[in-house]
Amino acid sequence: MADNLLSLVTFIPAVAALILAALLRGDDEAAQRNAKYLALFATTMTFVASVVMFFQFDSSNTGFQLVDEAEWIMGLKYRVGVDGISILFVMLTTFMMPLVIAASWDVKTRVKEYMIAFLILETLMIGVFVSLDLILFYLFFEASLIPMFLIIGIWGGANRIYASFKFFLYTFFGSVLMLVAMVAMYMDAGTTCIGGCANSLLTHTFAAGDFEVLGLQVVGGMQTLMFIAFFASFAVKMPMWPVHTWLPDAHVQAPTAGSVVLAAILLKMGGYGFLRFSLPMFPVGAEVVGPLILWMSAIAIVYTSLVALVQDDMKKLIAYSSVAHMGFVTMGIFSTNQQGLDGAIFQMISHGFISGALFLAVGVIYDRMHTREIDAYGGLVNRMPIYAMLFMLFTMANVGLPGTSGFVGEFLTLVAVFQVNTWVAAVATTGVIFSAAYALWLYRRVVMGDLIKESLKAITDMNSREKWIFAPLVVMTLLLGVYPALILDLIGPSVAALVENYDTAVAAAEAAMQTAQASN
Amino acid sequence: MELTLLFAPLVGSLLCGFGWKIIGENAACVIATMGLFLSAILSWVVFLTFDGVTETVPIFKFIESGTLSTDWSIRLDRLTAIMLIVITTVSSLVHLYSFGYMAHDEHFGDGVSYKPRFFAYLSFFTFAMLMLVTSDNLIQMFFGWEGVGVASYLLIGFYYKKPSANAAAIKAFVVNRVGDFGFALGIFAIYLMFDSVEFSVIFADVPQYADETISFLWRDWAALEIIAFLLFIGAMGKSAQLFLHTWLPDAMEGPTPVSALIHAATMVTAGVFLVCRMSPIMEFAPSAMLFVTILGATTAFVAATIGLVQTDIKRVIAYSTMSQLGYMFVAAGVGAYSVAMFHLFTHAFFKAMLFLGAGSVIHAMHHEQDMRNYGGLRKKIPYTFWAMMIGTLAITGVGIPLTGWIGFAGFASKDAVIESAFAAGNGYAFWLLVIAALFTSFYSWRLMYLTFYGTTRGNKHTHEHAHESPMVMLLPLGVLALGSVFAGAIWYSSFFGKTNEVIKFFGGQYEAPAEELKNAVAERSPKASELKYVMESQPGEAAIYIAPENTVLHEAHYVPKWVKLSPFAAMLIGFFFAWLFYIKNPSLPGRLAANQRHLYQFLLNKWYFDEIYNFIFVQPAKAIGRFLWKRGDGDVIDGGLNGLAMGIIPFFTRLAGRAQSGYIFTYAFAMVIGIAVLVTWMTMSGGAN
Repeated sequence: MADNLLSLVTFIPAVAALILAALLRGDDEAAQRNAKYLALFATTMTFVASVVMFFQFDSSNTGFQLVDEAEWIMGLKYRVGVDGISILFVMLTTFMMPLVIAASWDVKTRVKEYMIAFLILETLMIGVFVSLDLILFYLFFEASLIPMFLIIGIWGGANRIYASFKFFLYTFFGSVLMLVAMVAMYMDAGTTCIGGCANSLLTHTFAAGDFEVLGLQVVGGMQTLMFIAFFASFAVKMPMWPVHTWLPDAHVQAPTAGSVVLAAILLKMGGYGFLRFSLPMFPVGAEVVGPLILWMSAIAIVYTSLVALVQDDMKKLIAYSSVAHMGFVTMGIFSTNQQGLDGAIFQMISHGFISGALFLAVGVIYDRMHTREIDAYGGLVNRMPIYAMLFMLFTMANVGLPGTSGFVGEFLTLVAVFQVNTWVAAVATTGVIFSAAYALWLYRRVVMGDLIKESLKAITDMNSREKWIFAPLVVMTLLLGVYPALILDLIGPSVAALVENYDTAVAAAEAAMQTAQASN
Repeated sequence: MELTLLFAPLVGSLLCGFGWKIIGENAACVIATMGLFLSAILSWVVFLTFDGVTETVPIFKFIESGTLSTDWSIRLDRLTAIMLIVITTVSSLVHLYSFGYMAHDEHFGDGVSYKPRFFAYLSFFTFAMLMLVTSDNLIQMFFGWEGVGVASYLLIGFYYKKPSANAAAIKAFVVNRVGDFGFALGIFAIYLMFDSVEFSVIFADVPQYADETISFLWRDWAALEIIAFLLFIGAMGKSAQLFLHTWLPDAMEGPTPVSALIHAATMVTAGVFLVCRMSPIMEFAPSAMLFVTILGATTAFVAATIGLVQTDIKRVIAYSTMSQLGYMFVAAGVGAYSVAMFHLFTHAFFKAMLFLGAGSVIHAMHHEQDMRNYGGLRKKIPYTFWAMMIGTLAITGVGIPLTGWIGFAGFASKDAVIESAFAAGNGYAFWLLVIAALFTSFYSWRLMYLTFYGTTRGNKHTHEHAHESPMVMLLPLGVLALGSVFAGAIWYSSFFGKTNEVIKFFGGQYEAPAEELKNAVAERSPKASELKYVMESQPGEAAIYIAPENTVLHEAHYVPKWVKLSPFAAMLIGFFFAWLFYIKNPSLPGRLAANQRHLYQFLLNKWYFDEIYNFIFVQPAKAIGRFLWKRGDGDVIDGGLNGLAMGIIPFFTRLAGRAQSGYIFTYAFAMVIGIAVLVTWMTMSGGAN
């Protein structure tokens, strides 16, 4: 069993989804309850299995572990495995999903299909993080769009069709370019194995000689082009400015659980892609385009923070804040040093917990009042003291308060980028001012003040189910804030290897270029 | 012992904040207070038995990424020890005081348990402040720095039903964040230069970076100068220095014990502590230090002018605090770090007492804070009156001139600051501080006269019911009174004695100066030709670093007599005018205000800083945000760049409208499956080639 552990983790939810689809009949209350309990059970089991897997993982080994492979249809390979980076994303996914299911307890319409969608989605998301084969990765990566698309489109708000298509098209157009690049990669390297094989994409050196296209000098050659193609897809997923506008719409229309998955896990697929593909496979391309990305990140942080300041919809505000936080991630990644990558990964995990909790917090009052308008609230602290406390904690974590996990990633990425470009660092650091402004102002308008509005007079504080959903998130946010070594120790060796390979590759390419110039 | 004193407040805070429902409201508050008293006793033990040798107690690993490595740990040296007693003493007294002050509060309805929350916040603040001062690296310090910021935010907004309190809380946090922006960049720059954020490593390496440059933004800078400057921006925010000061007066929205603890004695002095802590870097950054001096002096002056006309008793004391912080920065800026710490130390006692005294007055007057409605309270609340009197004597600097130390606490330390400024040759700072001393005396006595003397004004009913505060409130006043009277005299020689005494107190070694240095000093100021000692310790070995060339501490003792007398004279003049305006001829202030209407309005409106900031920062930020949202996201990105996608959506939605709901998603499936087939085919054919 140990050999197949990773596959087990990946496919438990899908199997549960199949069981639901095949065996559960009817739409009465009993059937709904069964669907919910089965989904909760399956996601919890997945988490348990992933914890077992976690303890079998050796963080000092920088290679891929727990590899599981099999022949698949049409000569394609099924190949999965984890390293110090991807295992964290798997853990994040399996950790969040039971909470997401628990947060969906009050869903009334099409419960069975709802649970199936989330279970399938979980398998696909884990699949993205564990795939060690290019085709497999692509399938998981693209297919994960569908359940999310359905979740927004069926269980979403009033304007859900618009939002779901916008979401779909944005992410889909990005993927088309990636697809082309993937074909080119295969042509060049002759393998679809991502890593851990004798001949793999991670060990292959893609051509980086400059060439001309239509009179344009392409510095870094094929690598730059491939980098850009992948970038198109990952940047939309992150999302990076200026291709971020689908996210606020998607969040606003998505049901609470959908928003949580979107913010906590789906966005991380872009960041993961940068770490797995863009940096290690196209280092020269990254070196060429990197400075531009640093600026895009800095702009994202300031731009979206300012936009967040003027939102009147809670979810939109948090969505824009997510874009700003993802700006720190891309900034860290393309600083291409240890602190930058450590910080970016830490930020992604931490943002999973914090933004997840914030969307859940919006969900708590949305369930009661059925509005996300900030102006519809005010003075909640008077009737919801526990809610006020939890919302405060995650507001502060979102602001990057030291002692919460939000600080570590933000700090490390800023330290990292300061070593590369002080302008970008200075612009991005203003984010700490704006984030405090929009987050605390939101908190003030919703929670603080006297409770005047008639409609709120009977609002009730969180029930025990809601409290239990928040409890693990509180623990993780504080634990990682005080003892970040839990993550940093785990990813350290893998990141160090990644940085070293990157530097070597860039240096080699530069040396090659100089020899080429010298010989001319 | 160090661990106990550090974590007792945290444990108390958690037990109080989360456990009060089980153990009861009062028990919870008592536990928090006991934790603080334990911490205070241990701090005094540490302070009095401290031998000057820096000690580091690691707790556990914090952030470790590549060469960036930090621990949660305790660094215990003289600076820490001083801060420990200041923080825990004032905090434990404020806890005690709060039992009386917070006993009843009209801001909360019946049955609302606000007291455990209050005590938990106070204890949490104390913990964060202790983390700040015990840190051995910049990141833990930043943790404490932000932690006190949050505690301050929570306590300013404690009366959460009041819109003004909520606004003040946010303002405090955000303005502090502007300072943190500089602080954070300073930390990044330090890491870039020193490859470490630990004090011991940084300080030991400072001399070899004296001539290094660093590229920051548009040009190359002397590395240590820019680092010192950036760190000071952080200090400006926390310590409410000019331009980043606007939050402090508004912070008075918080309950008065909070103002005493956070916004007078401890948190606002964190900036001064930071500059002193970083003295090894500051000593190599003369330009940045000149900036510190100038800004400190200007702050002291500006704040004092505003304090002259305010009518809210707490706001007067708040501006006074800001002004006194300016004094401390001047001392630090001219290189007299021990003097800065001296003033920080004495100021903590007398300013906490003034605030707690003001709280006692407010308590007596049923939360009336406007001094125009006070008057003649001397007889009604005699203990409070005497406490405030002692505080006033201390802050205005009453003492026997030319003795240096025989006087109230503020006399010794304030004169030390002014003499240091003069000795450093900074006439600008010197004169502004002397004028500020005059204003300080005026507004302090004005406060006393308006509150305790003259006829009763305002609501008759309130005056009739004015009553002396309970024992739990008077006792802390008594203890602080002792500090306000004696703290200066007792520790005079440790902070501002002979150079060798000061160096020894801060755990350093001293040696005889080089001949050239001695001659240079003798030439500059003949009276101070007897330079016997300079610091021998290398940067980082002692709690503060005083470069051998920095002889301000020595020369400050040999300034001309008129310089030594000037603060005293300023104090007398201020006192005289206050007496003239508010006792002798009470109609004078009104006439003067009418005569000089523009000046009066200018001061009353605090030099219009709030209005200007609102105009050039707050409103534009919102306008830009709205513009980027509607025009940027809406028109340009959605409308232009992604116009294609947007053009397709209506097409799909039309299809969706025609199709049965639920089936539209078939299209999505079809697309992805199509792509999958495509990939498969390309791989297969590619493989065949």
